[in-house]
Amino acid sequence: MMRDDSNLLGLIVVLAPLSLASVGGATAIYAPLQHEAVELRQWVTPQEFLDYFAIMRFTPGPSSLLGALIGWKIAGFWGALVATLSLYIPSSLLCYAAARTWHKFRGRPWHTATERGLLPVAAGLVCAGVLALFQLSGGDLKVGGVIVGVAIALTLFRKLNPMFLLIAGAIVFELVFLAGI
Amino acid sequence: MEAKAARVPLLDIFRCFFWIGLFSFGGGLMPWIQREVTSRGWMTDKEFFPGMALAQVLPGVNSTNISVYVGQHLRGAAGAAVALGAMLAAPFILVLVAAVSYKIVLGVPAIQAAMAGVAAAAIGMLLKTAMSSVQAVPRAVAPISVMIATFVAIAVFHFSLVTVVLVATPISVLLAWPRGNNDA
Repeated sequence: MMRDDSNLLGLIVVLAPLSLASVGGATAIYAPLQHEAVELRQWVTPQEFLDYFAIMRFTPGPSSLLGALIGWKIAGFWGALVATLSLYIPSSLLCYAAARTWHKFRGRPWHTATERGLLPVAAGLVCAGVLALFQLSGGDLKVGGVIVGVAIALTLFRKLNPMFLLIAGAIVFELVFLAGI
Repeated sequence: MEAKAARVPLLDIFRCFFWIGLFSFGGGLMPWIQREVTSRGWMTDKEFFPGMALAQVLPGVNSTNISVYVGQHLRGAAGAAVALGAMLAAPFILVLVAAVSYKIVLGVPAIQAAMAGVAAAAIGMLLKTAMSSVQAVPRAVAPISVMIATFVAIAVFHFSLVTVVLVATPISVLLAWPRGNNDA
């Protein structure tokens, strides 16, 4: 059945440790992944790696799915599947253990204190995230307009489906693009 | 104590995360997930936000981590597995479609413009989440100072997220300790 056993094994060996190394988001694994996949193992060419990076911008999902494209290149569908599982199962198991421990101790004083203590940290992180993304996205008028418009819409209409707003954002940008502004 | 009203069907969890996964452009997923799980009454904001911080600090992608956290909260191991699988199902298929057709699609500026619009709307959703998370912070000097310090450390001084969280969390928890027994 699987004639690419050595490749599949190689994918697991490379990607499973990266799963646990992706601290602070998927982008943390790009450098080590590029080193392994392009330079050491020569699974993909430098140009292919750059193309895959670009693909991640217009497909949904975490950008570390780039690993699935490498898997696809060297071992077809099973390569993509094995790559995806290697990338997400180790970190998910760790998160599961943490979530389980967290819920098991509900109601304990330290749990309540931690929950309260995390609230301002989480708030600070999200606010910083908004600013960083705004700057990253070019920070021009149409970006700012859509951001504020979406936040107002979500506040005013509590039942609003977010999918509608994402599509609305695409339409606004498309109109601006077509108008050539 | 555990206060789970009714068992959430696994199919509902799958449906919820499948759609989020399908439209997860630009990484602005936390807000959408927060809105879905709180508006369905699956979790309160105060249950969700610690998970949000946890998902960002633990290794792994934020979106898969928060799926596992929510799934675990709702239905244990099965819930976590279903939420994770549902979150990745659509992106996995689409990435394979893209692998075959990307050379054509990448060259179309109109498609890039639409993607940028989706990303901007996603930031707008994040702004709304930022507003709710600020509202959830207790109105006292200590927590508000921690919030501002966290924001400044990352937005102004560009310290790494993990460093900031590892420093700010113990301080914040200690400050919250004396009042920890009062209420939830």
